[in-house]
Amino acid sequence: MAEKMLAGVLVKVNDEGYMEDASQWNPEIAKEIAKEIGIELTDKHFEVLNYLREKHAAEETLTIRKVGKSGVVANIKELYTLFPKGPLKFSSKIAGIPKPASCV
Amino acid sequence: MKKLLILGAGTAGTMMLNKLHKELDLDEWQLTIVDQYRTHYYQPGFLFIPFGIYKKQDVIKPKYDFFPSGVNVIFNEIDKVVGEENKVLLKGGQVLQYDFLIIATGTQTRPDETPGLTDQLWRKDIFDFYTVEGALALHQRIKNFEGGEFVLAITEVPFKCPVAPIEFVFLADAYFTKKGIRDKVNITFVTPMAGAFTKPVATKMLSQLLEEKNINVVADFYIERVDNENKQLVSYDERTVPFDLLTVVPVNMGNDMVERSGLGDDMNFVLTDKYTLKSVKFDNIFVIGDAANLPTSKAGSVAHFAGEILMENLLSAMEGRPLTAKFDGHSNCYIETGFGKGALIDFNYTTEPLPGTFPLPGIGPFGLLKNTKVNHYGKVLFRWIYWHILIKGKELPIEADMKMAGKKRVES
Repeated sequence: MAEKMLAGVLVKVNDEGYMEDASQWNPEIAKEIAKEIGIELTDKHFEVLNYLREKHAAEETLTIRKVGKSGVVANIKELYTLFPKGPLKFSSKIAGIPKPASCV
Repeated sequence: MKKLLILGAGTAGTMMLNKLHKELDLDEWQLTIVDQYRTHYYQPGFLFIPFGIYKKQDVIKPKYDFFPSGVNVIFNEIDKVVGEENKVLLKGGQVLQYDFLIIATGTQTRPDETPGLTDQLWRKDIFDFYTVEGALALHQRIKNFEGGEFVLAITEVPFKCPVAPIEFVFLADAYFTKKGIRDKVNITFVTPMAGAFTKPVATKMLSQLLEEKNINVVADFYIERVDNENKQLVSYDERTVPFDLLTVVPVNMGNDMVERSGLGDDMNFVLTDKYTLKSVKFDNIFVIGDAANLPTSKAGSVAHFAGEILMENLLSAMEGRPLTAKFDGHSNCYIETGFGKGALIDFNYTTEPLPGTFPLPGIGPFGLLKNTKVNHYGKVLFRWIYWHILIKGKELPIEADMKMAGKKRVES
């Protein structure tokens, strides 16, 4: 485990840069992580991030399909537009929750 | 008489029925099992059918062969569970009351969930091997395949038996090599996951094997649709993979009955406490096998290990004691790698597959994360073990909890 300075806060992150403690998260930290990935966050992005954090707190398993059908975005395509190349990997990283484990 | 009802007579349900038949006082408990189909499939055998290694008769037996005497067997469709009233409704209006209910309705493949999958090329150039019909049809097509783009694609996670698609491409490599046309076949493995497998150490080992066998991996490819005209897969981020012969792992979903009963998640898997195996909604409903939304593999071995924990907790619940047995997500999979060899992985919720020996520390005979002939024999022998020991609910010399002894921690 390592620590990283993000938006003036020393946050715990793993080898891949995912936050280890979701409670350390705030919107400013999100913006910095997003900038590293190359994404400028809009209100729509934050709607997705809040949804992910809510589901994570409720210990629900997250999949691209689930987010796509959640109503937060219109469809999976929109999720890809918001977070190109890794809709769930990148959105989870920015939301300060663990990398989705998918199956197994 | 008190009533125990099991929904689903596949691997998990049949195994639990046999265990309970031995354990419970049958003067006190009436056991009933419900399933809509009469044939029991040895599903691990489906993988071998496309390559002519197994035939249909190697993987089917009547379900009746595995039911103990003195239990009620009902072949009918399940409409829904009404948890508040401790009853299950069957098609045609039949009502079954229960004191305790075990849901073991498994997972089904849903090719209709992917646009274009079941259009004009379905079962002509596009197949699945998770149904006996699909596996048999694919065998006919592979026999006549003379070369080109041979693609295996996973549409969605989670899916049943996470190692099966990797085994499939390994066996395809061996099959086309023996046929003398491997140089004319380009084999590609397409997955929505970040790599060949989800856990880092196993992914590294399997990726090396895939590379050695000259199998391409296209990762992070989430299929939006199958383009039948141009014979290609199209992802949500508009990448394409061409195919001449496509084999898919269709979207997996739990039984529709779960949705009608309001017991599941958005994929119709039953919301289950991952440690106690109890439904999160009702204290007298337990869940086993692929039907549960547990964060571990959907596989027979998981159902087997979970079975011991479920048994213990069910007996506690029947006597009004707290549920103390905890499932650790133990999973154990043979990975057929072709040319008479195989690998083996053993893992749980928290420990990823690691190298070592199994089941005896330092001795084996099976090598974990190693490609050996002995592991292949393990897989071959498993069919006998399945029919004669596993679904009959008998003990295997492997403990329910995963053991660290014999495993080596490594850096991924």
